[in-house]
Amino acid sequence: MNPPFDVAAIKADFPIFQEKMRGDKRLVFLDSGATSQKPYQVMDATRNFYSKHNAAVHRGSYYLAEQANEAYEGARQGVADFLAVSADEIIFTKSATESINLLAVSFERSIGKLGIKAGDEIVVSELEHHANLLPWQQLAKRTGAVLKWFEMNQDGSLDLSNIDQVITSKCKVVAITHQSNVLGSVPNLPPIIAAAHAVGAVFVLDGCQSVPHQPIDIKRLDIDFLVFSGHKALGPTGVGVLWGRAEFLDQMEPFLYGGSMIETVTMAESTWAPSPKRFEAGVPNMAQAVGLAASLKYLSNVGLPNIHMWDLALTKYALEGLKAIEGVSVVGPQGMENRGGVISFVVDDLHPHDVGQVMDQYGVAVRTGHHCAWPLIRKLGLTGTTRASFYLYNDFADVDVLLESVVGARDYFRKR
Amino acid sequence: MQLDSLYQEVILDHYKKPHHKGLPMGDIQVHHVNPNCGDEITLSLEIKDGKVENLIWDGVGCSISQASASIMSDLVTGKSVAQASAALSQFTELMQSKGTISGDEEVLEDAIALSGVSKFPARVKCALLGWMAFKDAAIQNGAQI
Repeated sequence: MNPPFDVAAIKADFPIFQEKMRGDKRLVFLDSGATSQKPYQVMDATRNFYSKHNAAVHRGSYYLAEQANEAYEGARQGVADFLAVSADEIIFTKSATESINLLAVSFERSIGKLGIKAGDEIVVSELEHHANLLPWQQLAKRTGAVLKWFEMNQDGSLDLSNIDQVITSKCKVVAITHQSNVLGSVPNLPPIIAAAHAVGAVFVLDGCQSVPHQPIDIKRLDIDFLVFSGHKALGPTGVGVLWGRAEFLDQMEPFLYGGSMIETVTMAESTWAPSPKRFEAGVPNMAQAVGLAASLKYLSNVGLPNIHMWDLALTKYALEGLKAIEGVSVVGPQGMENRGGVISFVVDDLHPHDVGQVMDQYGVAVRTGHHCAWPLIRKLGLTGTTRASFYLYNDFADVDVLLESVVGARDYFRKR
Repeated sequence: MQLDSLYQEVILDHYKKPHHKGLPMGDIQVHHVNPNCGDEITLSLEIKDGKVENLIWDGVGCSISQASASIMSDLVTGKSVAQASAALSQFTELMQSKGTISGDEEVLEDAIALSGVSKFPARVKCALLGWMAFKDAAIQNGAQI
């Protein structure tokens, strides 16, 4: 297929693609699942904030502080518009990881529907990145709650055959990824979300791998919380997002305590500001939030449906190419059904670090290892995989170099 | 190819046919992992008359980590604790040198082939995994290292 947008023009917005790798190789960046590259529009937005509007938000009464407020709250509105939700429901964190930790700690401290106590159940899945496993695992340990999970099938889908045993009336929270960061598989979420709501539990969606790549319809998904990271969405590092339903956020206890998040303070007692301020203690990552809003605008201008279509076109081409290489096994979903723009594979019996090391000589950047999802890798009986992930600045020529480098890695170790 | 300085013949030989690899024995078995990549090693040894004996290791990992463990086990077996300790400290220094030193072949023997690893910072931990397990096991067996 022809790209739905001008990929060369997109690539030209990203200065990093002018850098040479290992001497004279052009950069074939296939690790956007770990972090995305940044267009100059995002860097300019960050620089512009520091150059023209920098002051501590929510504090000063001077002109510059007003400007900073406007930029920061404008960024919040930008994220809200991107997700088609209210700005009061958008909380800036330092990362998606922090967003999930915020939820877990807040639930521990809260009472009522959202409070977690001994005997309650928390449900995750074997697909989860460590960031959507450990906060819940440790919350369960601290509180005496029970951590349960959906098991993964070999094709990267979730086994929902025992859904009634996994999600019971004791369940308070279900937290699952929108797309596996390792395999690219997309779990069948609607029945899980429905089951969670049927027992009065809330559903937390880890959108790190989906929000930057496809249109997200929060209303249609019928979720209660969504987290994603800025840096995987062309944005700066150091900023993540938590979206939550307003009615829940206002019942939740804070995560971090300090400046900005209070209503009143005495030496002995304090009360909390309403959301989102309640969850944003301290001077926030203002320039990064502004940069993130610029990156989401960039993505919207290209069009999320177009980006998704292009991710999948590249994935299909790469998948066919990889499966045609003798000695290469694709791990997880074998076809295009229920998958996003990520492919994991193994080459002969080679360790992924060795594969990635040879691919690097071709200028190819891929992720190797367990991808911060060690339980998933163990379940597959592997020590790791090599993972290629695609984004809007990639093209078919990148995939061709990927395939060439995989053959190169295979042959490098076969010949010696 | 720049890669050949990393993957020297002797490394690939040890990777394909690792030495001293088997089932670790005894009460003292150390287990080390590289949390970045999931590489693992379990290792046991004995200190007899001040010498390193019966070193056995098992593990999973990349060619560098496996070959380095194999080379290390050849190198330290039968050596005095002082000699093994000298090799360990020189190897560690070599790995952290970013390619600025070449190492003494008299002390490091086959491990000299791993000197190319020091130019690939992401792989230094792979090369050190087995050596750190050896150090830990030697100390737990009462050696002064």
